[in-house]
Amino acid sequence: MADFWKRFARNRGAVIGLAILAVVILVALLAPLLFPQSPWRMVQRPFLPPFSMDQYPLGTDALGRDVISGLAYGAQVSLLVGLVSTVAALLIGIPIGALAGYFGGWVDDALMRFTEFFQTVPSFALAIVLVAIFQPSIESIIAAIAIVSWPPVARLVRGEVLSLRSREYVEAAILSGQSNLTIILRQVLPNTISPIIVLASLMVATAILLESSLSFLGLGDPNLMSWGYMIGAARTVIRQAWWLSFFPGVAILLTVLALNLIGEGLNDALNPRLARRGK
Amino acid sequence: MLKRLTTLAAAMLVSTALHAEPVEGGRANVVIQPEPPSLMMGLVQNGPTQMVAGQIYEGLLRYDEKLQPMPQLAKSWEVSEDGLTYTFKLHDNIKWHDGEPFTSADVVFSADVFLRETHARLRTSLEHVESITAPDDTTVVFKLKQPFGPFLGIFEAGTMPMVPKHIYEGTDYKNNPANNTPIGTGPFKFTEWEKGSHILLTKFEDYYEEGKPYLDEIYWHVIPDAASRAVAYETGVVDILPGGSVENFDVQRIADMDNTCITDKGWEYFGPLSWMWLNNREGPTADKRFRQAVMYAMDRNFARDALWNGLGKVATGPVSSSTRFYTDDVNQYDYDPEKAKALLDEMGYDGETVRLLPLPYGETWQRWAEAVKQNLGEVGINVEIVSTDVAGWNQKLAEWDYDMAFTYLYQYGDPALGVARSYISTNIAKGSQWNNVEGYENTEVDALFDKAAVAVTAEERQTLYTEAQQKLVDDVPVAWLLELGFPTIYRCNVKDLVTTAIGVNDGFKDAYIEK
Repeated sequence: MADFWKRFARNRGAVIGLAILAVVILVALLAPLLFPQSPWRMVQRPFLPPFSMDQYPLGTDALGRDVISGLAYGAQVSLLVGLVSTVAALLIGIPIGALAGYFGGWVDDALMRFTEFFQTVPSFALAIVLVAIFQPSIESIIAAIAIVSWPPVARLVRGEVLSLRSREYVEAAILSGQSNLTIILRQVLPNTISPIIVLASLMVATAILLESSLSFLGLGDPNLMSWGYMIGAARTVIRQAWWLSFFPGVAILLTVLALNLIGEGLNDALNPRLARRGK
Repeated sequence: MLKRLTTLAAAMLVSTALHAEPVEGGRANVVIQPEPPSLMMGLVQNGPTQMVAGQIYEGLLRYDEKLQPMPQLAKSWEVSEDGLTYTFKLHDNIKWHDGEPFTSADVVFSADVFLRETHARLRTSLEHVESITAPDDTTVVFKLKQPFGPFLGIFEAGTMPMVPKHIYEGTDYKNNPANNTPIGTGPFKFTEWEKGSHILLTKFEDYYEEGKPYLDEIYWHVIPDAASRAVAYETGVVDILPGGSVENFDVQRIADMDNTCITDKGWEYFGPLSWMWLNNREGPTADKRFRQAVMYAMDRNFARDALWNGLGKVATGPVSSSTRFYTDDVNQYDYDPEKAKALLDEMGYDGETVRLLPLPYGETWQRWAEAVKQNLGEVGINVEIVSTDVAGWNQKLAEWDYDMAFTYLYQYGDPALGVARSYISTNIAKGSQWNNVEGYENTEVDALFDKAAVAVTAEERQTLYTEAQQKLVDDVPVAWLLELGFPTIYRCNVKDLVTTAIGVNDGFKDAYIEK
């Protein structure tokens, strides 16, 4: 473990990313304490510019709602959507990939054709259609993001499992009479965990972007203040009130950047043999 | 002496020129949003169709800002003492755009045959009509079964457009190929329509009013995005932005530009009134005290100032203040959260979530729903916003599957035409969002509306409508929001554009552009 941290910390970007993410998580957790009032509450005159009142440092939006409070509550939504939809995508992608890779043959063919079916449809278009059909709500958004983002997981896991399948210890396990399920769960999957973790950290970033894009298009949960919603609502007033789209935009940028940096650091730490020595 | 006279004459000429003598010629560049589905106004009467086709088709009358009738195709009219016979004298030199003469036979065909089949709103009014006859080529007589107060208010172009008998008689109206090249009697004729790009109307040279219209062409630009429409005005591509063309928060910025005029007139006939349907059948909204609490909880002045740029008025009740027989002698619901809380306590509201459907017509309405949700949340009402698209919104309302839902409707100048329909119990039926969607039932109110529609004198009608308004405002069948202001924005050198109660819809007849 200490070794892991040492390798992770060697990537300075990853440490910065981790620090940023920690701040975002902290803000999201403390939002109800920092801003006890609802972010939807109209607290000041509309279009109050930032840095003009200490109480509302980032100004107010078209209805006089506090922007900084919106950012804090938006962090909750973004992180929630990112995490839950990634976990859901993993729960779909790993079993499919594992089964396809382990059994091969027609099982592999069937499952991979099924996966390709999802891959051929542009993922954002599919997400829009799904959310539009099921009415925008936090559940439908998470489900839609999970459904469009599992295929890469399945492909990655299948590849890993395929190469592990022929290892001697797996053959030994088969000879010792272990059931297929036990072999997959106890012998094969644990060895695929590192690339999955790296992929997952990047998927969280993608999911946050997807949620923001959906909200931007007005397909967000209308009862939740999210960053994408804030930008979407501010888009049309960008010439009067730049700060309404700027600050949530920065929040999305930093969070997604942080997750990508962390993903890279994890990659270095978990796959030491692949670490780029040039750095 | 002679020389002196000529200078005098010249001086007089100059001074009349300063006194805004209409200028001939020029092209008006106008935004049309959204693109109309059709320009055949006898078949389609939605907003954009009326705006474009209102220059092509005409009614017998037009109306000034006080909703008083003015001559149009009819140069004069008479109403008999008993209020049962309406006689119209038509201009005698009217031609259709294809050169055929327009006669009283066209009026009879349009009103009695064509529109009865195609125009649902007019059909209801025509149920009061016993016969429509044409004693001679320029006279039309409407005989009523019983007096019908608003009758003189239904001859506007969008309500009773005249369609050519020689083209439509005996054909399948909806599939007549002539629908693509509309023929009317109006000051402008249809020339070209490139879908998704523009509609071009040109001056009708044989128009029956000497000298009119002044403009050569009207070029309607189809621009689907609100921000692009604003830019089109700023860059000079278009000169006229009819009401609703740009988002509300852009209005002030554009109105501040040089040589830019703005008016909120020209909507008096429609009197657009916004409200929230409250489902009177079930849930907390079935309780009158809850509905009153909603009225007290909403800060409607804030909504007007923040969302509508201060345009429009806070509604006092079911009748818009520009509509006939309006009264403000009703209970006033000022913003008073404490009163709302007290009413909720009294009824024992348990915090049950109510669903709110915003109107899917763009940013302003979405923000408005958020503001109302917040207002209601502050007095303890739990609101959940349900997003829908236009189709979903229509369906949910038609199926009564909602608790609260935003909407706005036109009033057509008279409570019998545009107000009663939303409150009388005989108008409760699934499948439409234009009837009594909230499910309000009150036999007293029914009786008042019934009597007022057929009462002969204006005083009598006022008394009945005042009472109906007072009862409705006490019961709060729906939560009235604002009388909407839809400002028309135009270059100041476009003159006389908005002079009637329907504004731009028939405004190009009189409009001219100063060089």
